Amino acid sequence: MVTFLLRRLVFMAVTLFAVSILVFGVSRASGDPRYTAMFQFSKGVTKENWDALGELYGLDKPLVVQYLIWAGNALRGDLGTSFAGKRPVSTVILEKVQATAELAILATAFAVAVGIPLGVLSAVRRGTIFDYLGRYYAVAGQAVPPFWLALVLILIFTVWLGWLPGAKREGWDSYIMPVLTLGSGLIAGILRLVRSSMLEVLDSEYVKLARAKGASARAVVWKHALKNAVAAPLTYGGLLISLLFMGTVITESVFGWPGLGRMTIQATLNNDTPVLSGVVMFATLCAIVGNSMVDIIHALIDPRVRYT
Amino acid sequence: MAGASANIPPSLELFQPTDGPVRRALRSFNRWPIMQVVMIALLVICALFADIIAPYDPIDANLKDRREPPIWSSEGNGKYILGADLQGRDLLSRIIHGAKVSLSIAGISIGLGMLVGTGYGLISGYVGGWIDELLMRIVDVFLAFPLIMAALFLLVLFGSGYGTVIGVLVLFSWVAFARQVRAETLALKTSDYVALAQVAGASTFRVLFKHILPGVVNTIMVIATLNIGGLILTESVLSYLGVGIPPPTPAWGAMVADGKDYLSISWQISFFPGMAIFLTVMAFNFLGDWTRDFLDPRLRQVM
Repeated sequence: MVTFLLRRLVFMAVTLFAVSILVFGVSRASGDPRYTAMFQFSKGVTKENWDALGELYGLDKPLVVQYLIWAGNALRGDLGTSFAGKRPVSTVILEKVQATAELAILATAFAVAVGIPLGVLSAVRRGTIFDYLGRYYAVAGQAVPPFWLALVLILIFTVWLGWLPGAKREGWDSYIMPVLTLGSGLIAGILRLVRSSMLEVLDSEYVKLARAKGASARAVVWKHALKNAVAAPLTYGGLLISLLFMGTVITESVFGWPGLGRMTIQATLNNDTPVLSGVVMFATLCAIVGNSMVDIIHALIDPRVRYT
Repeated sequence: MAGASANIPPSLELFQPTDGPVRRALRSFNRWPIMQVVMIALLVICALFADIIAPYDPIDANLKDRREPPIWSSEGNGKYILGADLQGRDLLSRIIHGAKVSLSIAGISIGLGMLVGTGYGLISGYVGGWIDELLMRIVDVFLAFPLIMAALFLLVLFGSGYGTVIGVLVLFSWVAFARQVRAETLALKTSDYVALAQVAGASTFRVLFKHILPGVVNTIMVIATLNIGGLILTESVLSYLGVGIPPPTPAWGAMVADGKDYLSISWQISFFPGMAIFLTVMAFNFLGDWTRDFLDPRLRQVM
């Protein structure tokens, strides 16, 4: 277990290092960062303010030194200063984490609560109408453009019926549509993974043994097989995490949700590269931590998984 | 329930459904991908002959007809089947021309991703050793990486256009090929006919392309058809967020974004382009599912 955690930590550090070099390299390869900040020179570009900006962002030093300064600051939690508003990037990010975390956790809980039972049902009642509906949903649910689903929900429940508030974050009912939007794609993914692994498990020797010993169908499905069926989506936890990232960016931008995703879009539209590179680093960290947690949970549930 | 007919594996007898008419109809319907192929053929025709099929020009603005409702609405002038957008451009014509954008971008990105990923997987699997280890760790980094953030970052730095959007989509598409091709190459490498080819003195190049590549072609085809829908979706997300193909070129995602502030008065502007994305991606996903079951059912656990 200890070596497993150590290996994970080393992988995390190496990944972050690789990503940081990529982020830094790419942002310099695309040209002097001062060009993307040109809009700041409201009084025109002069030698003085050009150099002053260079000094502020450390652009007068050689590239390697620039990287080391940037990476050293990032390690201490200082991700630089945003172009828009001139505020520390780390503060800007931390302000937005809560709203995104609420949304992501609720949507994941919702997707797990719906996706796993549906996946089991679809596998156990193989060949019945449940199975066909489940399979169609698994494919169709991943085909819906999330931004369009969000707009259709707003059209129905806000514009036509007037039941739910539109784009804001106030009160419990403003969470319903964002969670539905974000959850629907996840449900399709979970359903598909649980169904296929459940089918495999139901065909295994230990399920046959349990049946032969006289355990009821219900007990076999819910006690013996389900544990394994739940382990399957965990194997693809990384995939689900990247689905979640894509989903939060879109959901937040449609519903005006004041989280990381919407902030990223605003930074994109403002060409705010310090904020964007900070967000990429932060999101990578979240994704790696998330992946490691998924691996640990997987190992705890499934004794066959070796700590390697 | 136990001990039914002999050709059914015992595990499936937990709940044994009876063979009703609905089930039989569904099964024969699922045997061949008729719906998917018809839908995709229609899209390809739209993309190729957009100039002939589309009733109006997709780019010329006609401000007199802005936000014109669809033809079945009593308030409209009945000129546009699905209505007109904010600048009075026919929605149907723009959707037809949008097929060209979506299909070409997704097609090129999956093709490039296939080339890169297959080559990567072949090398990684065949060479083995520490190179394989290193190459697969790089794949792991890609899998752990929130690609949407990276895509936005890259598109801001390099500007959006056909080239950069395709480049970003290749980042999304190559990993699946690399992983799967590598896994199969590892298995094929130890097979007798590959050993025989090596003993007979075939060059590494010849072994890879003449003996191993044909063995992974099915897998490559399955992954390509399974992933093309996802790429169309990702492209539409980028253009919805305003970093995809720049206007006035009709991209479906951007068309949905056009109408997002006018839902209460002109819902059609957002609705129909989104519907086009949904149906297209669904057709490709169902085709991918069918291709996998037909060519390579073992992949069912993976995809």
